[in-house]
Amino acid sequence: MQEATLSFKARAKEALADPTLKIAIDRTTGTAERKRAVAMTQFPQFEAARERGKRIKDHVIANLDHYLLEFERNAIASGAKVHWARTAEEASQIVVRLCKEAGAKRVTRVKSMLGEEIGLPHALDEAGIERVETDLAEHIVQLGGDRPSHIVWPSMHRTREQVSEMFKRLHRAPHQEETIEAMVDSARRELRDKFLTADVSISGANFLLADTGATCTVTNEGNAELTTTPPRVHIVTAGIEKLVPSMGHAIAMLRLLVRSATGADVTQYTTFHCGPKQTGDRDGPEEFHIVLVDNGRTRMLREGMKDMLRCIRCGACMNHCVVFRQLGGHVYGGTYPGPMGAVLTPVFDGLESSRDLPHACTMNGKCQEVCPVAIPLPTLLRGWRDRSWREGLEPATVRFGLGIHTFVASRPRLYRLGTAIAIRVMRLFSRGGLVKGMPGLGAWTAYREFPAPAKRTFMEMYKDQEKGQ
Amino acid sequence: MTTTLKQIGAFSSPPRVGLFVTCLVDAMRPSVGFATLKLLRDAGCRVEVPDAQTCCGQPAFNSGDTADAAVLARHFIETFEGYDYVVAPSGSCVGMTRAHYAEALADDPAWAERARRLGERTYELMSFLVDVMHFAPADVKLDTSFTYHDSCSGLRELGVHDQPRALLDKVSGLTLKPLEGNDVCCGFGGTFCVKYPAISNAVVGEKADAIDRSGASLLLGGDLGCLMNMAGKLKRKGSSVRSFHAAEVLAGMAGGPAIGEER
Repeated sequence: MQEATLSFKARAKEALADPTLKIAIDRTTGTAERKRAVAMTQFPQFEAARERGKRIKDHVIANLDHYLLEFERNAIASGAKVHWARTAEEASQIVVRLCKEAGAKRVTRVKSMLGEEIGLPHALDEAGIERVETDLAEHIVQLGGDRPSHIVWPSMHRTREQVSEMFKRLHRAPHQEETIEAMVDSARRELRDKFLTADVSISGANFLLADTGATCTVTNEGNAELTTTPPRVHIVTAGIEKLVPSMGHAIAMLRLLVRSATGADVTQYTTFHCGPKQTGDRDGPEEFHIVLVDNGRTRMLREGMKDMLRCIRCGACMNHCVVFRQLGGHVYGGTYPGPMGAVLTPVFDGLESSRDLPHACTMNGKCQEVCPVAIPLPTLLRGWRDRSWREGLEPATVRFGLGIHTFVASRPRLYRLGTAIAIRVMRLFSRGGLVKGMPGLGAWTAYREFPAPAKRTFMEMYKDQEKGQ
Repeated sequence: MTTTLKQIGAFSSPPRVGLFVTCLVDAMRPSVGFATLKLLRDAGCRVEVPDAQTCCGQPAFNSGDTADAAVLARHFIETFEGYDYVVAPSGSCVGMTRAHYAEALADDPAWAERARRLGERTYELMSFLVDVMHFAPADVKLDTSFTYHDSCSGLRELGVHDQPRALLDKVSGLTLKPLEGNDVCCGFGGTFCVKYPAISNAVVGEKADAIDRSGASLLLGGDLGCLMNMAGKLKRKGSSVRSFHAAEVLAGMAGGPAIGEER
């Protein structure tokens, strides 16, 4: 992929130069922000709900071994087959093997960020299995041959005008009228028969219920239900942090998730899957598999990042992030974009290739403020910066500069002298109240003016005043 | 007539305040330091400006250089811990001392405890004037309109929001024109603005447009870093909005050149 070969800054430059992308980002994140704000005014217990949500997740994460075993026991009792995967590769290999064992030629897939995380679309394509994305936005991503750019709205990077053009070019019986409804109909005509003829369905899970072994999926299109019902085999892939003790806890988390993600009170479809088709059931899969994926999660637990395991993938942090709203999701280069992605991508891809992500943040704290499970995202991002520093990944110029700064700033007299000289040098470059063309200030002055300093420092002037009194 | 805590007898003697002018104010805009000094004295404080003060260490801390941040945190604590209160005209530097010194010094419990105890007595200027000194400016007049940007550290780490508005409301002739996205980051972010200048520019570009749309004559705020970023962008785009630190207006010292104007 081209994106992987370009540096973060080069990808950012391309995104910043794309006005259509900016329109697309503003439409989606702007709507999400407004709807969430309205939902919050109608959710006065938000703080209490958030505290409860945080406690539920913290409790499960602190007792992960207990709940994982309870879940496995109950899932097996319900007739499900449970598989454990340590890594992304193991997880996608298990799914591909299950598909092959089922003799699958065509699989339908429900949008799942974990599926993206473990590289499942690619693994299925490699195995020569026809993959049909049934989420409308994922369908757009598949048609476009690119990657999701947002965890809730995967095709956020395309305007509806671009999508219309793509449908007309690639659908068998495309829409004639330029309305959203006509476009949705076009996608429905394209996908309908594939829903019904797939051999295997693959979904993710928003929650895993330990006390019943059930999985819970929420969608707004109903595609999860239609995808997972007709095929003979249903495979669920889920990260181990998706566990909750029971249905009541899942509902408590759901209240937070939906309002934070779309601003709605409830998702259009909330489905619980518990085991395969039983005697007397009218429909449902004959085989029901659950693949539980670690892929760095237990390492996060060990390495001081347990707060991040609370994340319920609502996307509020990115919708409110000033950097994401300029760049969109692809620039981040990983499965997950925005603030939560900047914390997670170094876990999956290593810090060396992703060290820009935790740095490309103003530390303004808005993401933490809107997070429905109160994840201290800025603190976690700074934690990566700290590690990057300790591992020697920071540029020599920055290390040298900060070293000098500390040496001087811990010696007040030297600091006074340094500051006094610095402002006098700056004033040599000052014209009309602004510093012009001074070496070293280019990163600032390329885009905005740099106000000229005063003739003397505060400390110089203050000391004179004190003497005069 | 201004009523201060001192006058109602809350303090047996005037509180001794150590003024931390901040490195940016010291070097770039001393008038903010003198305005702060005047406001604190008007509020009844005995203000001292310790000569040993330098930088709070935030650039190092946010760059991941925790060891250097700890060196400067210790220096700050030693310089200021003898005062009743420490006050700075910046939410960002105070956020560093209150919210992050204990993190920077986490390996050293004794120092972390000293940091925590000093943090409790360290205040952003406007929240100190309102919440601790119950001060309001008297006889300050400025016939113009302003819009207000809430800098992120002050807003989210310290809860500074109502205090500057309450203080500015007492300036006669001054009217507030609301800023759309007043709580959205301006794209400064300390070293962020020079590490990722193109992204920072896109963010501050939107901010400058919102400031222009407010229709206000002045942009006010409580953090010089953010103000220099926004003023720099406003200047570059040819906007007529003039930028000041709120302390300068509150102290009646906004008669001179605004940020980025010839002096």
